[in-house]
Amino acid sequence: MHAFANPVRFLKIARPATGWLLGIGLALIVAGTVGGLFITPPDYLQGETVRILYIHVPSAWLGMAGWGAIAAASISQIVWRHPLAAVAGRAVAVPGATFAALCLATGSIWGRPTWGTWWEWDGRLTSMLILLFLYLGYIGLAAAERERGGEGRMAALFGLVGAVNLPVIHYSVLWWRTLHQGQSISLAGGSSIAPELLWPLPLTVIGFTALFAAVTLMRMRADLARTKCEARLRRSAAE
Amino acid sequence: MSQWNFVLAAYGITAIATFVMVIASWLAMHRAEAAADAARRE
Repeated sequence: MHAFANPVRFLKIARPATGWLLGIGLALIVAGTVGGLFITPPDYLQGETVRILYIHVPSAWLGMAGWGAIAAASISQIVWRHPLAAVAGRAVAVPGATFAALCLATGSIWGRPTWGTWWEWDGRLTSMLILLFLYLGYIGLAAAERERGGEGRMAALFGLVGAVNLPVIHYSVLWWRTLHQGQSISLAGGSSIAPELLWPLPLTVIGFTALFAAVTLMRMRADLARTKCEARLRRSAAE
Repeated sequence: MSQWNFVLAAYGITAIATFVMVIASWLAMHRAEAAADAARRE
C-alpha cells in the first residue's frame, strides 16, 4: 500500500488504468446487458422481471463494497496516515452512494410486479436505505473537512463506525425473515439460479466493478490536481 | 402494465445515473488537471 503513497507514482499507474478500466467495464456491461435482455429466457415464476437481476445485484454489491473501501481507507488513514487514504475515501463515496441508490431504485421497480409493493420496511431494504444515508453523511462531512483544510480524520472515524452496517445488511435476510429472499448466490460457488439465467450476471458484476474503479480513479485524480493547484496558489500568494 | 415496462424503467434509470456519474467525474478530472497544468506553466 505504501508503495503508492507517493502521488506521482500513483498517478503514473492511475492515468493509463483509468481508460483501460472504463473501456473494459463498458464492454462487459454492454455484453451482459445484451445477454440479460435479449438472450436469456424469462424465469418460469418471475417472468421478464428477472432481467432486473443483472443490474440490481451489481448495484447492491458495489453499494456495499464502496463502504468497505471507505472503511479500509479510514483504517489506512487513522493507523498508517497514508497520504492518499482520505483522497481515496472521498473518491469512492459518490459512486458508492450512486450504486446504493440504484440498488434501492431497481429493487423497488422489481418489487412492484413481484411482491405487489414498491417498498416494505424489511430488514434488507431498511439497512440498505441506512447505507445510502450514511454515504450522504460521509460525503457532506468529508467535503466540509476538506474545505476547512483538515486531514479528514472525522470522516475517517465516521467511515469506520458506519462499517457496522455492512454485516447487518449481509445477514439481515437471516436475522429477520421478512420479504426479501435469502442469499441466491455464494462466493464459494453455490447458486440457486439456473445456469441459463445466471451467465450474464458475472459480466455485469465485473463490468460495473471496473467502471466503479475507473470513476474512483477519475475522482482521485481530480482531487489530487485540485490540491496541487491550491498549493501553487498559496505559494504564489505568500511570495 | 407489461413486465417489460418495469424492466425498461430499471435499465433506463441505471443507464442515466451511470452516464451522469461517469461524465461528471470525467469532466471534473479533466478541468482540475487542466487547471493544475496551467498553474504549473505560470
